[in-house]
Amino acid sequence: MDFRDSPEEAAFRSRLRTWIAANNPGLPVSSTDDEYWVRQAEWHTALYDAGFFGLSWPKRFGGHELPSVFDVILDDELAAAGAPPRPSLGYLVQGITTHASEEIQDRFLPGLISGRERWCQGFSEPDAGSDLASLRTTATRDGDDYVLHGHKIWTSYSDVAEWCFLLARTDPDVPKHKGLSAFAVPMHQPGVEQYPLRMINGITKEFGQVVFDGARVAAANMIGKPGEGWRVAMTIVSHEREPGEVGYVARYAKTVKDLEATVRANPDAFRSDQREAVAWAHVQAEMLRLHVRRRLSERLDGLDHGPGGSIDKILMTWVEQTVGAAALSVAGARAVACGDDVALKIYLYSRAQSVMGGTSQIQKNIIATRILGLPVT
Amino acid sequence: MDTRDTPEQAELRRTASRLAHELGPRTVADLDDRSRGERLAAAIRSAGWLELRNDDGDGDPLASGVEAAIIAEALGEAVADVPFAGPILAADLARRAGVPATDGAVVGFAPDLIGAEVVSGSQTESPIVAVDHAGGSRVAAYVLVPDGAGYRLGLVEADSASDGADLTRSVASLPAGLAVRPVADQTRMLTRGDLDTWAALGLSLTSADMVGLMRGVLDVTVTYATDRRQYGVAIGTFQAVQHLLAEARCLLEGAFSAALYPAWAVDQLEPAEALAAARVAKAYCARAARTVCETAVQVHGGIGNTWDCIVHVHLRRALLSSQWFGDDAEQLRQIERTRLGVRHGLS
Repeated sequence: MDFRDSPEEAAFRSRLRTWIAANNPGLPVSSTDDEYWVRQAEWHTALYDAGFFGLSWPKRFGGHELPSVFDVILDDELAAAGAPPRPSLGYLVQGITTHASEEIQDRFLPGLISGRERWCQGFSEPDAGSDLASLRTTATRDGDDYVLHGHKIWTSYSDVAEWCFLLARTDPDVPKHKGLSAFAVPMHQPGVEQYPLRMINGITKEFGQVVFDGARVAAANMIGKPGEGWRVAMTIVSHEREPGEVGYVARYAKTVKDLEATVRANPDAFRSDQREAVAWAHVQAEMLRLHVRRRLSERLDGLDHGPGGSIDKILMTWVEQTVGAAALSVAGARAVACGDDVALKIYLYSRAQSVMGGTSQIQKNIIATRILGLPVT
Repeated sequence: MDTRDTPEQAELRRTASRLAHELGPRTVADLDDRSRGERLAAAIRSAGWLELRNDDGDGDPLASGVEAAIIAEALGEAVADVPFAGPILAADLARRAGVPATDGAVVGFAPDLIGAEVVSGSQTESPIVAVDHAGGSRVAAYVLVPDGAGYRLGLVEADSASDGADLTRSVASLPAGLAVRPVADQTRMLTRGDLDTWAALGLSLTSADMVGLMRGVLDVTVTYATDRRQYGVAIGTFQAVQHLLAEARCLLEGAFSAALYPAWAVDQLEPAEALAAARVAKAYCARAARTVCETAVQVHGGIGNTWDCIVHVHLRRALLSSQWFGDDAEQLRQIERTRLGVRHGLS
C-alpha cells in the first residue's frame, strides 16, 4: 500500500499543474450555468490536446495507456486549481471498447476521446426509466440501414452532439432484454427532433429529449451484435455509476474548497451548524477521493464490469447531496432571496444525482441481491 | 500510487481474520468462556502482533500503521475480546520517548477519552481512564508530564475493576491522587508532532476497528435476514429490509476507503497531514459504524434488543471506538479549527 506518487506520477503531476495554471478556463461551477456546457467542449479539446485526457485508454485511439490511477492525479490537480472537472465520458469508451467491432472502435473512439465528435446517450424513454429494458424505440431493418422511431429523454448534451449512443428494439418478438441493439446514430439528419428540458435549477443545456421519426442509421454502425444491446447498456451504466470513471470528485472538491474559503473569510459570521455542514462536506468529499484512489488502484488487477459500481454510485450521491446541502446551509437566506444564487443551483442540481444513471432505489436493489446475496421472491 | 495490499499485507489480512474468527466469540455466551479468551490472547501474543509498534532498533516501529490497522480491523470484525490497540498505542508512545514499553501498560486518558492525560505535579489531579488494558485488577497507565516545550512519560498504577459499555475490551477508571512515577532512561522528549502522529495512529486504529465491526455485524445481519421468515418468506426478500442493508454495505465501503489512508500516513506524512487524514477517517467511520450497528439491531427486530443477540456487542464496541480519541462531533470541531479557522475555546 503506497499513496505516494511514483517518480513518473510526480513528473506527470508537476507538468499537469503547470499546464492548468496557465490554461484554467475559469468556467462557472459546472451544473449551475449554461455557459459551462457551452464552453465545456473547448475545455475538453484543450485538455486532450495538451495530453491530459484519455490517460488510461489505448494509444491507437488517442489515449496514453497509463494506469488508471493517473486519473486520480488529474482529479486532484483540477480540484486544487478550481478548474473544471474532466469530461465524463469514460463509460461510453468502456462500452465501445468492450463490445464494438475493431472497425467501429477505429471509426469512433478517436473522435469521442479527443472531443472532436460529441456524443449523447439515448437510453431512457418517457415510459422506460428504471425499467429500461421495456423501451419502445424501434430500429427496423431497411436495406443497409435501420430506420428509427421513438422518443428518448434525459439525453444529456443532445443538442450539441454529433452522435447518439442509442439503444433500440430490433426484435419485438423475443423477451424484452433480448430484443435490444445498440447503435452509433448520426444526430445531424432529418427525422431527429430536439426538445430541450429545463432542469429544476434553471439550466437548459444539459438535459434534452430527442424524437427519432424516420431517422436512419447504417447497419454497420451497430455496437455489438444484434440483440446484444442490453449487455452493452449494462457495461455502460455500471461504469457510469463509478466516480472514478466520471471524474466528479474534482467538482465536489472544488465546491467544498469554495465553501471553506467563504467561511474562513469570516468564521464568526456563521453558525456552528453551518460550519459543521462544511466540515462534514469536506469529510464526505475526502472519503470519495480516497475511494476513487482505491477503485482505480484495484484496476491494476484488471477491469471489472460488475455490480460494485452501484455502491460507488450511492457513495457519490451521498457526497454530492451532502455538498449541495452544505452550500445551501452556508448561503442561508441569500439562497432564497435570489433565484439565480449559485448555492441554490448547486443544491437543486444535487437532487438529480440520486436519479440519473439509475435511481438510488435501483442501486440498492442491485447491492442487496447481487452483492449481499439477499434472496429474491 | 497503489493502494492495494502488498502480498504480505494481504496474507496478514487473511491470517488475522482467520485467527480472530476461530477464537473470537460467536455468541454472547462465548464471552464468558475463559479458556477461549485465553487461547485468543495467547495466539495474538505469539503472533507478535502486540509488538508491531515496538522499536526495531533504529527508532522505527517493527511494522507500519497499515499492518496494525489490518489487525485492528480483523479483531473488530470478530468482536475479538482481546487487548490490541491499547498495548499497541502504549508501545508506540514509549518508542517515541526512546524507552522500552512497560509490560502491560496502556495510556491513561482524560475522562473525555480524547487525549492522553497530562499531569504537571507528582500526583494525578483528576481521574484518568485506561482503555483496552490486559485485564486483571492491577492497571498501569502512562501519563504525559510537561517538560519545557515537550513531554516526558510518567507511569501511574492502581487497582481498579474494569467496567465500561464495551463487553469485549476493558475500561478502567483510576482515581485522582495517584503517584506519578517517572519512566527512567527516556532518550527523547515527546514533541507536539510526536503526539499528533500518535493520535493519528489512535484514530486510525479505532477507525479500522469500526470498519471491521461494520463488516462483521453486516455479515451476521445478512445471514439473519436470509434465515428469518415472516409472511412465509425470508425477511431479506423485503425491499425495505434490503435497502437498509444495502445502505449499510455502502457505508462500510466508504469507511474502508477512508480508513486506509491515515493508517499509511502515520508513518509517511508530516504529523499535521497524518492527523488531518485520520480525523476525516474517524468522523466518517464513527457516523457510519453507529448507523450500521443500529441497522443491525433493527433488522434483528425484537430479538436484536435482547442481551443474548450478538449485535449489541458490536454496537457497544463501536460506541467505545467512536469515543476513544474523540467521536465524529469532536473530529468535525477539529476540522473546523484547522480548515475554517474557527476557534473553539481552549480545545
